[in-house]
Amino acid sequence: MTSAISVDRLEVIFDRFRALKGVSLDVEPGESFGLVGESGSGKSTLLRAIVGLAPVASGSIAVNGKTLGPRRDKAFYREVQMVFQDPYGSLHPRQTVDRLLQEPLAIHGFADSEKRIERALDEVGLGKGFRFRYAHQLSGGQRQRVAIARALILEPSILLLDEPTSALDASVQAEVLNLLEEVRRRRKLTFLMVSHDLAIITHMCGRLMVMQGGEAVENLAANDLVERRVTKDYTRNLLKASEGFVRTT
Amino acid sequence: MSTLLDVQDLRVTFPTRIGLVEAVRGVSFSLGRERLGIVGESGSGKSQTGRAIMGLTPPQARISATKLTFDGIDLLAASPRERRALRGNRIAMILQDPKYSLDPVMSIGRQIVETLRTHEKVSKAQARERALAMLEAVQIRDPKRVFDLHPHEVSGGMGQRAMIAMMLIAGPEMMIADEPTSALDVTVQLEVLGILDRLVSQRGMGLIFISHDLRLVSSFCDRVLVMYAGKVVEQLKASELSQAQHPYTRGLLNCMPRIDADRHPLPVLDRKPEWAA
Repeated sequence: MTSAISVDRLEVIFDRFRALKGVSLDVEPGESFGLVGESGSGKSTLLRAIVGLAPVASGSIAVNGKTLGPRRDKAFYREVQMVFQDPYGSLHPRQTVDRLLQEPLAIHGFADSEKRIERALDEVGLGKGFRFRYAHQLSGGQRQRVAIARALILEPSILLLDEPTSALDASVQAEVLNLLEEVRRRRKLTFLMVSHDLAIITHMCGRLMVMQGGEAVENLAANDLVERRVTKDYTRNLLKASEGFVRTT
Repeated sequence: MSTLLDVQDLRVTFPTRIGLVEAVRGVSFSLGRERLGIVGESGSGKSQTGRAIMGLTPPQARISATKLTFDGIDLLAASPRERRALRGNRIAMILQDPKYSLDPVMSIGRQIVETLRTHEKVSKAQARERALAMLEAVQIRDPKRVFDLHPHEVSGGMGQRAMIAMMLIAGPEMMIADEPTSALDVTVQLEVLGILDRLVSQRGMGLIFISHDLRLVSSFCDRVLVMYAGKVVEQLKASELSQAQHPYTRGLLNCMPRIDADRHPLPVLDRKPEWAA
């Protein structure tokens, strides 16, 4: 079986800074894979390199068995869509939700945009009432739902999620995570999800990779984390940190 | 325990196009030399509570309270001049993101010295000495180098330490920390909290720790106020968090994903209109 996403010894260099130092990764179709690490570890850069937003210096990326060249074609974006961290920054402030959702459909030449927009809004639990609103009229959670609707409207098979809930309140985060799990189950999607929160990744993903300083520290199954079967100190520190503050006297 | 701060029925009202909006609706609590956490979601009024105590509410907003005193001083009746003398000297505040709350065109050392020289008569050389000592106290390894750096040249964790140093240099008796670690990585977060914790207990300060993270607050503070829609819905000891009564507090605790628990889907908050009543 070919992997949904296969990354081989990928290097990303910004000017002289090596943001990714030979990272390899395999994600099976239908799997949910997590990337964890602190800021600057290269986890977001890896996602951005896959969609063509970061300068790849060497190494290769293949999606559904097809190796990607320096330019992504339209067919690629029908397969792979991304949801960004900040719902305040990733929606056009002067476009209505309708216009935002229209855009990908127009680019890819879909005829039945009317029906698709209604269905997409329905799927993310927003309903028709939100169709002609602007981003600033929505709450953070509603905006992230719009961003998810925009990613889903082309019916991709792979969703890249870059900290999709870190800008949201805990209770809203739970709603968005539930929504993501539900659409994944219903559409049999492949997720590649970035988060700095180990608890979110263990909740959402079956396997994960811990990253630090542009390198992979270790690959784990979610169960390894639950049973504390980690081998690297860095991961152990992350685990400890996720348990909250401990007073040392 | 002596009371440092006494707040009774605090209200903060903002005039808007659609009429008056009450961001804080009758909050009462008192603070001694302890660590008090205020927890709530965005829009719950937790930050406005802190800002009202500090005197940083925007000028168009109206503040009222039956009592708002700090060490016997009536904060509502105090003149701007008296408030200025308190602010930074006896009451200090740490803000969320060092990127935005430090002056970008002033070196870190100069900002710390400025705070000190505003409130105390010390020579330049002495001020520099004390600033360097303070930077060392917040565990900055090379204080002399950091002293001359500008905020954009340091990491988030370092910037937040510099801010803590700046806030502590005048030796305040009360500190308000508004989401002091939310912009930091988890591992750095704990280091900064450790520093804050040690300095607060060494100096016997009162601390108000404002955060949206119920778990973090309960592991750090002695007592927790839970706010919803501008009101305190529950007040409890941090150690008794698991016995929280209010459905909102329990919902907040419950909806976080946990490493050890496999819960699909996550329980979500079912907001009841009567919570805000």
